[in-house]
Amino acid sequence: MTTVIYRHHETDVPRASAEGDALWLPQPALAELTGWELKPKGLCREAVCVPVPANAADQYVRGDAVNVAAFWQRLGRPVRHAADGTVWVLGDAAADRSQELQNLEAPDFVLPDLAGNPHALSEHRGKKVLLWTWASW
Amino acid sequence: MWQALYNDLRGENFMIVAVAMDSRPEAPRPWIEQAQPDYLCLIDQDHLLSDLYNMVNVPQAVWIDEAGRIVRPTEIAGAYEAFRSRDLQTGEIPPEENARKVQAQANYVEAVRDWVRKGADSVHAFSPEQARAHVPLPSEDVMQAHVAFRLGQALLRRERSAEAEALFEEAKQRHPESWNIWRQCYPPNEAGLAAGPEFWERVQSLGDKRYYPLPDMAGMPK
Repeated sequence: MTTVIYRHHETDVPRASAEGDALWLPQPALAELTGWELKPKGLCREAVCVPVPANAADQYVRGDAVNVAAFWQRLGRPVRHAADGTVWVLGDAAADRSQELQNLEAPDFVLPDLAGNPHALSEHRGKKVLLWTWASW
Repeated sequence: MWQALYNDLRGENFMIVAVAMDSRPEAPRPWIEQAQPDYLCLIDQDHLLSDLYNMVNVPQAVWIDEAGRIVRPTEIAGAYEAFRSRDLQTGEIPPEENARKVQAQANYVEAVRDWVRKGADSVHAFSPEQARAHVPLPSEDVMQAHVAFRLGQALLRRERSAEAEALFEEAKQRHPESWNIWRQCYPPNEAGLAAGPEFWERVQSLGDKRYYPLPDMAGMPK
């Protein structure tokens, strides 16, 4: 089983295939996890599209599957995986994070309370929020 | 710390989202159960907020308005490094340092109160230009560090600790400014604190640099 971690998601993807530094995800799973979809223009999310390199298309798309690691690298975003390929983390790029924060958009997130119930920051739109961190260590 | 303020500000469209940056999810429980807060208490095992908001230590805070916009970006939330002046024999903190510590915390709480009541008219609310200038920007190394830490935590949960430890070492090296990573990965003492000799050495090696850089806020001690 291949587990893919992105933002607050940690998802088992049954039809994923990890081959070295390539992570092949079925299109629907990729779209559901990250919001990126394969279109004629390339891999797209909202207004942004990353074209499939013409001379290496088979390293990026294979039937219904997309090598998300290859696209992530083209986007300048970090990707890491366990040595045995069973766990992958898709990260965000410094430039994107910087832009988001400098646009003063508070990144949304979902985290659990002590009982394990998930809560999203965006549930509190319409209120002023003090987001405050602490730790037991 | 926040319950009194939260009580005072009930009915003012205000929420406190207190997040424990704790990879051992049972560790914050006794603290939360003792405090019994009415505001939202969440657990961030993978330090997702460090990644999203470029946080490096606790307590840090972000002020977010009704439209989900950042009013004050990530900053130390009223903590003061009085502890660095403690007498090594007695553990006592000099009174003037303790006074600064009290002032820093009280001032931060009052600033939050002022903002909740006055919104953008509060002297403590940054203009968009000011807020932009105060955003701590992450480097690519920092973003790689977050990914390594995240993967390490996932592997630790799967009991692959050797691989996890190597990832934590990498995260620390790529993001040496992060006390969150360093202290989370340090073996806790009986009280659950990352406060062993290496911690004190690392603090000492800061020299004149602050462990808790003071926020750019009126009323803070020098």
